[in-house]
Amino acid sequence: MAELRKADKPFSFHTRLHLSELTGLRASTLDQLLDLIKRAPDSAIYYHTHAFLQHHHYVIPEPPNDFAYWVNEVLQERPLGEELLNIDTVQYSSIAGLRRKIIEVISAYLRKNPLAWMKFVKNGEAFYFIKAISFIVPTPYRAYDLSEFAEVLRKVTVDSIYFHIFESRLRLGRKTNDFSAWIEGSLGDPELAGEISRLNPYMYTLEELRSEIIKLIEKRIWPA
Amino acid sequence: MARIEDYIPIVGAPVIDDLRLLADRLKGKVVQNINSTSVGGGVAEILNRMIPLLNALGVDARWDLIKGGEEFFTVTKKFHNMLHGTYEEMSGIDFAAFMETSEQNIRQVNTYGDIVFVHDPQPIALIRKKAGNKWVWRCHVDVSDPYKSVWNFLKDFIADYDAAVFSAPLFSQELPIKQFLISPSIDPLSDKNKELPPETVNAVLDKYGIRRDRPVITQISRFDRLKDPLGVIEAYAQVKRSHDCQLVLAGGMAADDPEGVEVLSEVRERAARDKDIHILLLPQDDIEINALQSGSTIIIQKSLKEGFGLTVAEALWKAKPVVASNVGGIPLQVKHNYTGLLCHSIRSAAASLKELLDNPAYARELGANGKEHVRENFLITRHLKDYMLLFLSLYHEEDVVYL
Repeated sequence: MAELRKADKPFSFHTRLHLSELTGLRASTLDQLLDLIKRAPDSAIYYHTHAFLQHHHYVIPEPPNDFAYWVNEVLQERPLGEELLNIDTVQYSSIAGLRRKIIEVISAYLRKNPLAWMKFVKNGEAFYFIKAISFIVPTPYRAYDLSEFAEVLRKVTVDSIYFHIFESRLRLGRKTNDFSAWIEGSLGDPELAGEISRLNPYMYTLEELRSEIIKLIEKRIWPA
Repeated sequence: MARIEDYIPIVGAPVIDDLRLLADRLKGKVVQNINSTSVGGGVAEILNRMIPLLNALGVDARWDLIKGGEEFFTVTKKFHNMLHGTYEEMSGIDFAAFMETSEQNIRQVNTYGDIVFVHDPQPIALIRKKAGNKWVWRCHVDVSDPYKSVWNFLKDFIADYDAAVFSAPLFSQELPIKQFLISPSIDPLSDKNKELPPETVNAVLDKYGIRRDRPVITQISRFDRLKDPLGVIEAYAQVKRSHDCQLVLAGGMAADDPEGVEVLSEVRERAARDKDIHILLLPQDDIEINALQSGSTIIIQKSLKEGFGLTVAEALWKAKPVVASNVGGIPLQVKHNYTGLLCHSIRSAAASLKELLDNPAYARELGANGKEHVRENFLITRHLKDYMLLFLSLYHEEDVVYL
């Protein structure tokens, strides 16, 4: 093992816990859904494109967003559900961009399928808009080098991994995920930083993502 | 009584560490819970479990009761039914009786908490005592389709709270205050949900003559039309034409519920033609319910209307494949094709049951996903976390809060 570089400033692990706030907005038809997606707060768009990932992070790679799930399973407008499912969230660095894409996909579908305007769901099956209130809390965990970093990564909750990989980039508008930013900025290792930032986090469960990042770090500490 | 450390093997130490981090941020705040009874009913059951755990985490959570006579509780029972969408004859006298007792409570109850957490409609009028402290109204009732006369009466009080909490999105209402979604939870260490040894499960199945060598489809619920027991029997009958299986309908019944007696008699009459249908009228025995769920092949919950439907979370926690109606809080627990199958009719329930019987690997996958879904979202530890976040949110306006 090569001697590991120590950072002057440690990586300080935070965790993110969320509370769901009901907005009172609900949609029973596709055009209502579209209208509300246009004017719902950013926190609601964020919630509905990421809640499935948080609530079902153990289950499937690339989970569908709530809009795709509702259009597919409740409204049963499957071709549109598929298109919404195919939106590649990782390509968007802001909620505004992601929102624009969702609006574009639904608007185009409604133009091509006028009958879809007529469809509505029964009472109780509406789409209810929810906002995510995020609480960002520092944990006691710190890492000065890659070895400590990998060790802490094994211990923290998936919420902490979620925060540093997903939320900090998309919701707080940082350029890359926090892990890559620290590894490049404080440890001077752009190669490893790049490897981590190139992982598509939406393709893994959070536990798988944890293992993948640890694997990349270990490969760096103990090259073959 | 379970200790907070007892949950570590179930949810992992980091989850408990997070709870401690949040509890630290609530140091110095007194959280005063107020409801109308310390025993019986879901609210008392939840508070009896939550308060000691909050205290163990270091949160100064306390619990006080309001007082009321028979007349007051008769009125609040009518409120409850009307909020649920069941009509009750109500007059100005009822509302006056509610206010009379409420005035007495306003005079007598000391609302000393930094956060006053009021549960359900009975103590709702205490908000008139609001001073500089924070007040939250926790609605445990399904108010998706309430009678407006009662809802509008209560809304005047609710509007003065700082926030309201509902159990499912469809229960939310138009209100001028913040509304939060906090689902109820199950306790994995309770008799109803702890892991039972196979011999206990087998003993209960044997006791009721349920064969262990053939699939068992079970619905646990009161004998109530809204749980659609006849619909369950019909779905089972459709399955039975092509699949050898047994059906268990098990649950209790309130002694003073004449409709329940009628429903049970109809169910028994319908089931009499088939010896593979087991109708079990059980006293409250959580271990037996647990054993029946654990010993089943598939759990069904074909309710026509449902509050939250925690029997679904109980089944999922036992890694059982579930077929359930898309009503009340059920869709939060069952994501179709991921953590179970949602049905919209007797026919679709039967089709889903057959699909699961024909594909045991798929059924196992749904059950395993369901268990993880409950671990993440419907255990008491998540409930504690949400309550602490709720308390903290009262001191922050923003959507991203740095603690």
